[in-house]
Amino acid sequence: MSKIKINIVSSSEEIYSGEATMVFATGTLGELGIAPGHTPLLTGLAPGPVRVQNGSDEEAFFCSGGFLEVQPDLITVLSDTAERAESLDESEAIKAKEVAEKELANKDATIDYAKASAQLAEAVARLKTIQKLRKKQ
Amino acid sequence: MANTKEVRKQIASIKSTQKITSAMEMVAASKMKKTQDSMLEGRPYSLKIKDVISHVALANSEYRHPFYEERSPKKACFIVVSSDKGLCGGLNINLFKHVIAKSAELNEQNIASCFALIGTKAAGFFKSVGGEVVGVAEKLGDKPNPDDLIGLTKVVLDMHKISDIDQAYLCSNSFVNTMTQQPTVEQLIPLKPEEKDESAPSQWDYIYEPEAKELLDGLLTRYIESLVYQAVVENNACEQAAKMIAMKNATDNAGDLIKELELLYNNVRQAAITQELSEIVGGAAAV
Repeated sequence: MSKIKINIVSSSEEIYSGEATMVFATGTLGELGIAPGHTPLLTGLAPGPVRVQNGSDEEAFFCSGGFLEVQPDLITVLSDTAERAESLDESEAIKAKEVAEKELANKDATIDYAKASAQLAEAVARLKTIQKLRKKQ
Repeated sequence: MANTKEVRKQIASIKSTQKITSAMEMVAASKMKKTQDSMLEGRPYSLKIKDVISHVALANSEYRHPFYEERSPKKACFIVVSSDKGLCGGLNINLFKHVIAKSAELNEQNIASCFALIGTKAAGFFKSVGGEVVGVAEKLGDKPNPDDLIGLTKVVLDMHKISDIDQAYLCSNSFVNTMTQQPTVEQLIPLKPEEKDESAPSQWDYIYEPEAKELLDGLLTRYIESLVYQAVVENNACEQAAKMIAMKNATDNAGDLIKELELLYNNVRQAAITQELSEIVGGAAAV
């Protein structure tokens, strides 16, 4: 029986890597069954199980969303670690902006290059002095 | 001449500092292992998504994503990854130096800069030197969650979408080994297109479910998010390694200082004894 390679990864870990005779997943447009030699396919994943059949064995993994890429001899599942929604992302973005505004309230928008390099030079000099002191001993 | 009591006090205070630095060294050493592990755990995802992206680039798609577009640049955004805590040697300062140099270089070409900051140290630095800050994410902890970075990345990508910025750079320390951390400034947008393998047939295209535009939008956003996340995790490993080295140096320095002070202490004590003796002898002679 022909087999297809499958990798399931999420951004914080590798979930599964191996071979399969058949893979079932829930795409954003419906259930998918992928057999070896499938035509190239790129699709989003809806939250749901990804089932990997290898002969008579079957393993299931829960995916909270992500992407599925199919090449004739390779399936890659890029799983999200968390549920994602446009509205949720939006609120996260607003949060990041708010922190920036709070931190840097009434601050110059133009960067003072001279001041920046002077400040950095001072810090570097301080570090170098410590190193020199160390070498002398 | 210093008196013995003073010197003893000084030695005691340095000893207690040394205890703290050596404890911090040990804490950093154990955290370094963990942060390195999480750096390695995140790698499969970034490798796989890179594979997929390169497949997509090879496919004969009718849709070309804006992230690949080379616009004539007017403004660039720097995503600066720094640590939340200090006491890690020149780690952050060296990175800021690279960022400022790059930003100044772009400034000469009439390209303005703005900054999206990760980590308290970067926020503090840019607060003092100025610069337009579009987003801040701080206090991510030792095990950052990819979700904590979504907001910041979205701010940058949205700015790109509405043509507020034309370029994006990712600035972080890359982990070479425990002793060496290399500050890097890497171009995120426009994405460098993968080199096409001419021999490979490129007459195929994916079946896209749903549309290509929607899918590639999502996929490339994830790709950039994964790059930023990976940079943060790697920077964490760098921070702990740098902290360990810095604290080790501090502990060694304290040891040297204590040795010197003990020598001084003995000298002072000996001088006092000698003086007392000569006074006694002088007194006895006078009687």
